Amino acid sequence: MIRPLRPLTTFTSPPGAAAPPTGVKIAVTGLDFFYSQKQALSAITTDLQANIVTAFIGPSGCGKSTFLRTLNRMNDIIPGARVEGQILIDGHDIYHPGTDVVDLRRRVGMVFQKSNPFPKSIFENVAYGLRVNGITRNRGELEGRVEDSLKAAAIWDEVKDRLSESALMLSGGQQQRLCIARALAIQPEILLMDEPASALDPIATQRIEELIYQLKTTYTIVIVTHNMQQAARVSDRTAFFWLGRLVESGPTEQIFTSPTEKLTEDYVTGRFG
Amino acid sequence: MTRTTRRYVEWTIERALFACAVGSVLVTAGIIGVLLFETVAFLREVPIGSFLFGTVWTPLFSDAQFGVLPLVGGTILVSAIAMAVAVPAGLLSAIYLSEYANPRVRRVVKPVLEVLAGVPTVVYGYFALLFVTPLLQTFLPSLSSFNALSPGLVMGIMILPLVSSLSEDALHAVPNGLREGAYALGATRMQAALRVVVPAALSGISASFILAMSRAIGETMIVAIAAGQQPRLTANPLVPVETMTAYIVQISMGDTPAGSIGYRTIFAVGMLLFVMTFVLNLASDWLRRRFREVYA
Ligand SMILES: Nc1ncnc2c1ncn2[C@@H]1O[C@H](COP(=O)(O)OP(=O)(O)OP(=O)(O)O)[C@@H](O)[C@H]1O
Ligand SMILES: [Mg+2]
Repeated sequence: MIRPLRPLTTFTSPPGAAAPPTGVKIAVTGLDFFYSQKQALSAITTDLQANIVTAFIGPSGCGKSTFLRTLNRMNDIIPGARVEGQILIDGHDIYHPGTDVVDLRRRVGMVFQKSNPFPKSIFENVAYGLRVNGITRNRGELEGRVEDSLKAAAIWDEVKDRLSESALMLSGGQQQRLCIARALAIQPEILLMDEPASALDPIATQRIEELIYQLKTTYTIVIVTHNMQQAARVSDRTAFFWLGRLVESGPTEQIFTSPTEKLTEDYVTGRFG
Repeated sequence: MTRTTRRYVEWTIERALFACAVGSVLVTAGIIGVLLFETVAFLREVPIGSFLFGTVWTPLFSDAQFGVLPLVGGTILVSAIAMAVAVPAGLLSAIYLSEYANPRVRRVVKPVLEVLAGVPTVVYGYFALLFVTPLLQTFLPSLSSFNALSPGLVMGIMILPLVSSLSEDALHAVPNGLREGAYALGATRMQAALRVVVPAALSGISASFILAMSRAIGETMIVAIAAGQQPRLTANPLVPVETMTAYIVQISMGDTPAGSIGYRTIFAVGMLLFVMTFVLNLASDWLRRRFREVYA
């Protein structure tokens, strides 16, 4: 069974970040994105709601990962990448020159499409974020946070006896859950998950989905998935992307049963892509 | 060309290449063979224990003593000074090039480093003797004109590009996903570099250190020119010493008759040098292979 994260009184969110239980968490307006010459996103305008799960769907190469990565400015490190338009998180422009990118990324956690555990011990993987952010120095508290995070990511029972082993010894699915634990450890407000279950077997996938369901009470979650059933199961809202454009977004049920766009209908019914 | 002539040409080329490969292996084996033969002849006259652990090296004196430790000590002293320069400077510049410099700077600096690694070492040798030593003497008056310090420092500069370039390769080979993983957790560039990328590249980086060490131990010209020819077991970098390589040069250029015991010392010292660098190269290679396995 998945247990929710134990609330931690020692850790306070940055001021102004107290998210309302509902409402717009991320507001995107007229977003264009370019990899050097190639335009990967055009005129994306959408709102992402707080404390719900939003799923991004669309054919391979349509820009889902690119869009996700603009939300924590992970694309900044790609040479020649360029962003136009505006993204507000809690009303703050994250591309404003005054924005502290390190702080932004601490608040907007990310689980990558390709799992990327550090070549360190399982424990150190989860502790890394706590250490670099100076969240805690106390050994006991560190251990507590690591344990909580591993439990929250439904991997504690499998690794509790070998926390000092290298994370690279874990299976692909375990590595992915470790990466989720690592992201949860620093308690971001938003969690971006890029196909978190693509390397997992059905049982592990189900655990991740249960986990996502649990987490949305505390986090705003965006998940990219190629699996329509998964999108339907875990998400409250769904956004359909096609060739760098946001074709349609709305309540998941509506997107899957009565989309307004023909393109969306073709995609979700499996007529292409 | 007909099918048969084409096949004949193929066959000839294949044989010729094979002959080249066999030839170079045979030459190497021959060199090692001669080295071994002369070393064995040497060790028949000098017990191996007093060779390896003796602390006095006076092979050309009438009461000759063959304790190689002063030469080994001189070699290690100079190499250690070189490593003290090359390791921190090389690693820092590698981190800068791989993690901070923009790609354009990297594209320019990397080849320049590799050119630096190709400067003839005799140039470095005279640089040490005629420039660095006098310069150091202005604030270290007790420094002899031949000493371990100056060639050590210059040798450090010589192997720095090697450390820098190979460490940079190792850092560069760390998958970007790891950097992104660190950034996504709110790491700064420096935290990502020092706590994720460098540890991830550690075996490749250590391989570059060991290879540089091996280069330093085998380096000849700089020490032959600037370190002196006085075999002495000391940790004092200000006095003349003699390294294994410098000793070999000294005897080879002298008029020691072939077949004499003095002449055979060259091969015994050469053999020891060969074993030392060979072991270091193997270690470096093993580390690098292991590093590649992790990121296959
Ligand atoms: N680093 C990059 N440099 C240049 N082009 C890129 C880069 N990353 C992605 N692209 C291109 O941008 C477009 C969108 O890619 P993106 O990875 O966002 O697609 P995706 O929807 O996540 O696809 P998938 O479902 O296969 O993961 C693709 O055409 C891709 O080739
Ligand atoms: Mg993707």
